Amino acid sequence: MFYSERVLVFMLLLWVKCLVGNTIPICANCDIRSIKEGITVASDFDTLLIKKGTYKEYNLLVNKPLTLLGENYPIVDGEDQGEIIRIVSDNVTIDGLFIINVGTSYTTDYAAIRVVESENFVIQNVVLEKLFFGIYLEKSKNGKVYHNKIIGDAIDEYNSGNGIQLWYSKNVEVEKNIVQHVRDGIYLEFSDNITIKNNTSTDNLRYGLHFMFSNDDVYSNNTFENNGAGVAVMFSKRIKMTGNTFKKNWGTAAFGVLLKEINDAEISGNTFEENTIGINIEGSNRIKYINNNFIKNGWAIKVLGACYTNSFSGNNFLYNSFDISYNSKLNDNVFDQNYWSEYTGYDLDKNGIGDVPYRPVKLFSYIVNKTPETIVLLRSLFMDIIDFSEKVSPVFTPDNLLDANPLMKPSK
Amino acid sequence: MLKILKYSFYDLIRSRWSYVYFLFYLILGFVLLFLNNDVSKAVITLMNIIIILVPLIGTIFGVMYYYNSKEFTELLLAQPVKRSSIFFGQYLGVAGSLTMSLVLGLGIPFVLYGLFKSDAIFDFSLLLVTGAFLTLIFTALSFNIALANENKIKGFGYAVLIWLFLAVIYDGLFLMSLIIFKEYPLDSFSLAATMFNPIDLSRTLILLKLDISALLGYTGAVFKQFFGTHQGLFMSMLMLILWTVLPIWRLVHKAKQKDF
Repeated sequence: MFYSERVLVFMLLLWVKCLVGNTIPICANCDIRSIKEGITVASDFDTLLIKKGTYKEYNLLVNKPLTLLGENYPIVDGEDQGEIIRIVSDNVTIDGLFIINVGTSYTTDYAAIRVVESENFVIQNVVLEKLFFGIYLEKSKNGKVYHNKIIGDAIDEYNSGNGIQLWYSKNVEVEKNIVQHVRDGIYLEFSDNITIKNNTSTDNLRYGLHFMFSNDDVYSNNTFENNGAGVAVMFSKRIKMTGNTFKKNWGTAAFGVLLKEINDAEISGNTFEENTIGINIEGSNRIKYINNNFIKNGWAIKVLGACYTNSFSGNNFLYNSFDISYNSKLNDNVFDQNYWSEYTGYDLDKNGIGDVPYRPVKLFSYIVNKTPETIVLLRSLFMDIIDFSEKVSPVFTPDNLLDANPLMKPSK
Repeated sequence: MLKILKYSFYDLIRSRWSYVYFLFYLILGFVLLFLNNDVSKAVITLMNIIIILVPLIGTIFGVMYYYNSKEFTELLLAQPVKRSSIFFGQYLGVAGSLTMSLVLGLGIPFVLYGLFKSDAIFDFSLLLVTGAFLTLIFTALSFNIALANENKIKGFGYAVLIWLFLAVIYDGLFLMSLIIFKEYPLDSFSLAATMFNPIDLSRTLILLKLDISALLGYTGAVFKQFFGTHQGLFMSMLMLILWTVLPIWRLVHKAKQKDF
């Protein structure tokens, strides 16, 4: 009886110990001086408390459920040797590290932190600099990437990596991260049910956000600014983009958002400001564009072809050089109750809806599509005259492409 | 020369037309701002007006003034005054008073509506500078025309024609040639063609501020260099100055040779 009770207490203690774990301090004067050593001696669910200092280590393999907690941002310097941290176990937390000098390779995607086939991981408050790939999630599930700062120094596309990359991952939250100066800020491939929230992705070489074959994802309240080519989303279904800001993506192939083969998506409450092209749509169907703001873009929306049953309503088109550009005469998309700053109609019954339909496609945008150099004639009187005549009787532009109920005041 | 400039200037300041012109811009400015309440949008609307109206008024006014003051000019010619200073003085008097009406007429409402607090101040000053240049250029052109034609009707006809040509027809021909030769690389040509028309030039200058995002959408190294850097601004400004100097020089030169 007494004996079995002791065993029970012991077992209980062991269990509690297992669950809470010990804290193992790591510092220059501690018993354990390197993170690698710490990982080796630690047992499951321990916390490695890494104190301030510089740790020149790479190829750290985290193969048990541990917490790597940095105190006052200790520096982990990979000395350009290769990958720095690889997580292959479930329930790993990385918190508060300052990781620099990830090795660059043309054959292997070295990452500062790579998570491989693991679940329930948390990567937070990490600062990455001088990196190749930043945080790389590979076939991992149910994790969180929260409040990290990734500052790269990418110059060429071919020898730079992505800030946060998700590959075959599911149910991951990517939140409040700042990504700058890498190739693609956030990159997703074959990753479903991902939430991307409140991130800031700026000054990246290629795309601020790039995803392909990733379904049922939610992107909200992110900011994408001044990226080489803006944001590109391709071959995905049922995505939701709300409240994002796409700003100042300038260049010949730069877009606020490039949509290619995107179906059944919802794009609402976003702001597209001063992009060369606000949204470039190609082969995308059944998308709802609601309450977006298009401000001072070159082209607010450029429709390239094979886009059917899209609906645009409650959007504000403010001072864009071109509101909409179409390259075909066929139109199956619906524009209803948007606000167009160039609308010149009247509202006699005072119901807030203009009495004359608005035609958002100008003849000039048709001409610019055919002969791009004519862009230098933008806002010339001659163009205004022929635009006016086209508006009165459409010949070149789709005649059923109109907003029958244009709003008189911008929608909120 | 200054005396003649002063005389012409005061003569115009006292005349009804300067006030009408000034009041027109004043009212235009106030109405635009009253309707929009957004300084940057009003700047866009104003641009459309300025690049069309300013040249027209400059041309008409220049021709009108020249023919009206012809007798006075002939009287002056009999005096020991240098010819260049007579014509140059008159020209500056007209162009100066027109520019003043423009700058004050538009400036007052915008300043009252809080221009200095908005970020459109640079756009707006660019607009005024362009407007001033257009006045100088088109007044000079009209003086040239008037000097070459004794017949008033003919002179007016040519003046209106040159305005119509530069404001509308030129762009039409330009567009046609771009479409016809679209198989060829046209970016240098289109930039050059812009340079040869002061109205297009002013438009480009303002586009550089307002529609830069659209202009960068075209794939072409020359365009990118021109619109993407400060080169465009400098080149346009330089060409505008050239456009001002050349007609004035020709005016002075021709005036010296002309047999009255």
